[in-house]
Amino acid sequence: MTIAAATHRTSMGLDSRKMAFWAFIGSECLLFGSLISTYLVYKGRSVVGPYPHDILNIPFTSVSTFDLLMSSLMMVLALAAVQRGDLKWAKVWLVATALLGIFFLSGQVYEFTSFVREGLTLQTNLFGATFFVLTGTHGAHVTVGVVWLLTLWVRALQGQLTAANAVTVEICGLYWHFVDVIWIVIFTVVYLIQ
Amino acid sequence: MSRLKRLMSWLTTTDHKRIGLLYFYTAFVFFLVGGLEALFIRAQLAQPDGHVVSAETFNQLFTMHGTTMVFLALMPLTASFFNYIVPLQIGARDVAFPRLNAFSYWVFVLGALLMNASWFTGPLFHAGRLNVAPDAGWFGYANLTSRQYSPGPNIDFWLLGLQILGVSSLAAGFNFIVTILNLRAPGMKMMRLPVFSWMTLVTSFLIITAFPVITVALVLLMFDRFFGTHFYLTSAGGDPVLWQHLFWIFGHPEVYILILPAMGIVSEVLPTFARKPLFGYTVVVYSGVLIGFMGWGVWSHHMFSVGLGPIADSVFSATTMLIAVPTGVKIFNWLATLWGGQLRFTTAMLFAIGFIALFTIGGLSGVTHASPPADLQQTDTYYVVAHIHYVLFGGTIFGLFAGMYYWWPKMTGRLLSETLGKWHFALVFVGMNLAFFPMHLIGLLGMPRRIYTYSPDLGVSTLNLVSTIGAFLIGVGVLVFIWNVWRTRTRGQTAGNDPWGGATLEWTISSPPPVHNFDVIPTVASRLPRWTKTQLKAIPEGAKLAEIHVPGGSIWPLVTALGLPVLALAPLSHRLPFAFVGATIILLGIFRWAFEPFEA
Amino acid sequence: MQQPSTDEHPVVQHAHPTAGVYLRVATILVILTVIEVGVFYVPAFHSILVPALLLLSAVKFTLVVMFYMHLKMDSRFFTFLFGGPLLLGLGMTMGLMFLFGAFALRR
Ligand SMILES: [Cu+2]
Repeated sequence: MTIAAATHRTSMGLDSRKMAFWAFIGSECLLFGSLISTYLVYKGRSVVGPYPHDILNIPFTSVSTFDLLMSSLMMVLALAAVQRGDLKWAKVWLVATALLGIFFLSGQVYEFTSFVREGLTLQTNLFGATFFVLTGTHGAHVTVGVVWLLTLWVRALQGQLTAANAVTVEICGLYWHFVDVIWIVIFTVVYLIQ
Repeated sequence: MSRLKRLMSWLTTTDHKRIGLLYFYTAFVFFLVGGLEALFIRAQLAQPDGHVVSAETFNQLFTMHGTTMVFLALMPLTASFFNYIVPLQIGARDVAFPRLNAFSYWVFVLGALLMNASWFTGPLFHAGRLNVAPDAGWFGYANLTSRQYSPGPNIDFWLLGLQILGVSSLAAGFNFIVTILNLRAPGMKMMRLPVFSWMTLVTSFLIITAFPVITVALVLLMFDRFFGTHFYLTSAGGDPVLWQHLFWIFGHPEVYILILPAMGIVSEVLPTFARKPLFGYTVVVYSGVLIGFMGWGVWSHHMFSVGLGPIADSVFSATTMLIAVPTGVKIFNWLATLWGGQLRFTTAMLFAIGFIALFTIGGLSGVTHASPPADLQQTDTYYVVAHIHYVLFGGTIFGLFAGMYYWWPKMTGRLLSETLGKWHFALVFVGMNLAFFPMHLIGLLGMPRRIYTYSPDLGVSTLNLVSTIGAFLIGVGVLVFIWNVWRTRTRGQTAGNDPWGGATLEWTISSPPPVHNFDVIPTVASRLPRWTKTQLKAIPEGAKLAEIHVPGGSIWPLVTALGLPVLALAPLSHRLPFAFVGATIILLGIFRWAFEPFEA
Repeated sequence: MQQPSTDEHPVVQHAHPTAGVYLRVATILVILTVIEVGVFYVPAFHSILVPALLLLSAVKFTLVVMFYMHLKMDSRFFTFLFGGPLLLGLGMTMGLMFLFGAFALRR
């Protein structure tokens, strides 16, 4: 038996990279779980303002949320295109996903700068500290995702993305959707439940 | 092979066996460093009003002793066995992600070096002294670690080092989960998996779930220290107790991360030298899984003195007492394995039996602090120090030594001397009990831990002297072990495939194994393939053996790992450019890694 | 946890849903988001605001995980790898909120 044969046969019949990635996502649940826990236990403990209801902009963040949901849709369409070997549409959907990610990040940059202008910084109070660290960690994850998506897009432009290695797109998709579901939680816990 | 080529072959290696050896030697060096720190502590405390070291240095010594032993010695020593033994036990040619494995190792070495650089770099920080090592205890309670109370670089070294080490452990955790679940030889059902591999799996799950929590705790601390947030500052509404919660949510599973692998080793050694299958294999496996799961619900037993209220105290007290049940089950299973066996008292066996005895004592003293009123008497005294050392020295280190004597012939092809081994065992066993048993009494008599000196009026001078003598005896025992390893290189008896008559797959191949481990991947039909003769399928007569492709190495794991300490230099030195350089190195490393042709 | 199987298996790709399913899920997600924001702004809902929002976001979460991350048709073992730590995290959050008095009766 050659090694090449061995890599395609696994004891659980599952792709090793996908399995490792699901374990990674499980681990990330605890990372965001700890950050969200910190946000929640410190809720209402700030000794000075601004407080959440003074500053959070629900209409604006709803647009961001919608944007991230749509990017998840683009992502699954990209995967479907790669799986059926449709490189042309794969390129379109991949770059669309990345652009929606960049749009989300620009929104976050705008949000952060306007908060700072209104007097909420990391150092102002516990709300500022927990808010910026939680949403900032999420933003960092989105940034990594955008770089990853653009890399796949370049691979597609080079004609290197085939149905045979669709699993690389699938794993990137898992990451992207995970970042999306974390936002679903943050949108509710931080923005809507004040 | 030229010198340079040989060096490069180690720097780029992705072979799990070589990485296992690298882990072993590196971690053993840090074990000696941590041991040396302990000897300094004991020399200082040998008599009242000691003045071997200053109070500041004493704080650094006990902090670095704990941190080094937990993160730089015991965890990587268990990782060395994960690396070397697990793929052999499950009948695989390597781990699932060989380059990620190399990355884990290099991140560990670099993080360890960064943290220990604090012993010599005081002048770089204008500290007015040579040593600026971390000094807030191995669990670094908040407030002690704030910029206000610790303005120097000491805590920065600690938290940045721990962040880097976390990356190493997490990467290894994912790797071993996938390896054990997905790379088993045909026929190796989960319920045929050797117990050591099972415990590696449980440990890996604990690592990937517990480490993110301390990562967050440390991130919050970083923000407090570098960006002026107030996560742990009471006057701003924050709460130093949050640090304690997050640390111990990680910290209690961490205790099982340290002990479960040793339990796995003992579960391999006892059956081999009793010549009997492990009693109640299924129960041992399930209680290991149960311990791992329950380990998540007991963390506040480290915090009874905080005053969490009657409900929290009762709940955590009850769960802590409950978790002793699966642990006790395992102890009875090991004893039943010995019962009626044809016992061979090899050094490995002696250490395994020593493990059972000493770990039981440590477990029992642990149950005594499950009761909040008793805990309030014991907390922060030497009683707790006695407990943790019975568990981690009598438990983990004895288990690891058992594993070293058991698997050394497999890893190097030569048997360690049994005569020296027995001296090693005797010295360490007597030394350990002399060093740590008196600490129970010292603690109950009221001596707090982590105080650099004590008065003769306290009435604990003799006990402390006994404890110091014990510590130095352990040191002598370890020297005997080093001598044993050294002489075995040339004078050790050659091992052959299976010097002990072991039951598991690693004993079917030569010692040390060839690069590709198995000429033909075995097909397994029983839990103890070598003890049930008919059940390991022989290579079919005249089968054509295809050529085995051995993957080449890669330098990119090392390059990527190098980016992390460079990145850490930015906060450490308050110079931003390091962050850009570090990030660039990491990005470059990842991209080259992702796109280089590499067949696992 | 799915009992891992005995022998080696070739890696099989599980069937993925069609673009139509993806679009329908997206529509539901958008509608749920609109309801969330609506609930937030309508004063009549204020008494049930928290449970309603938590429920809605849990439904959204589940939809993305089941359909976009394919857990509905993929190996049950992946559900375990994700769900196990997710439940641990939830338990930890609840535990910490209890310990910090978040569930105590307001005076
Ligand atoms: Cu504990």
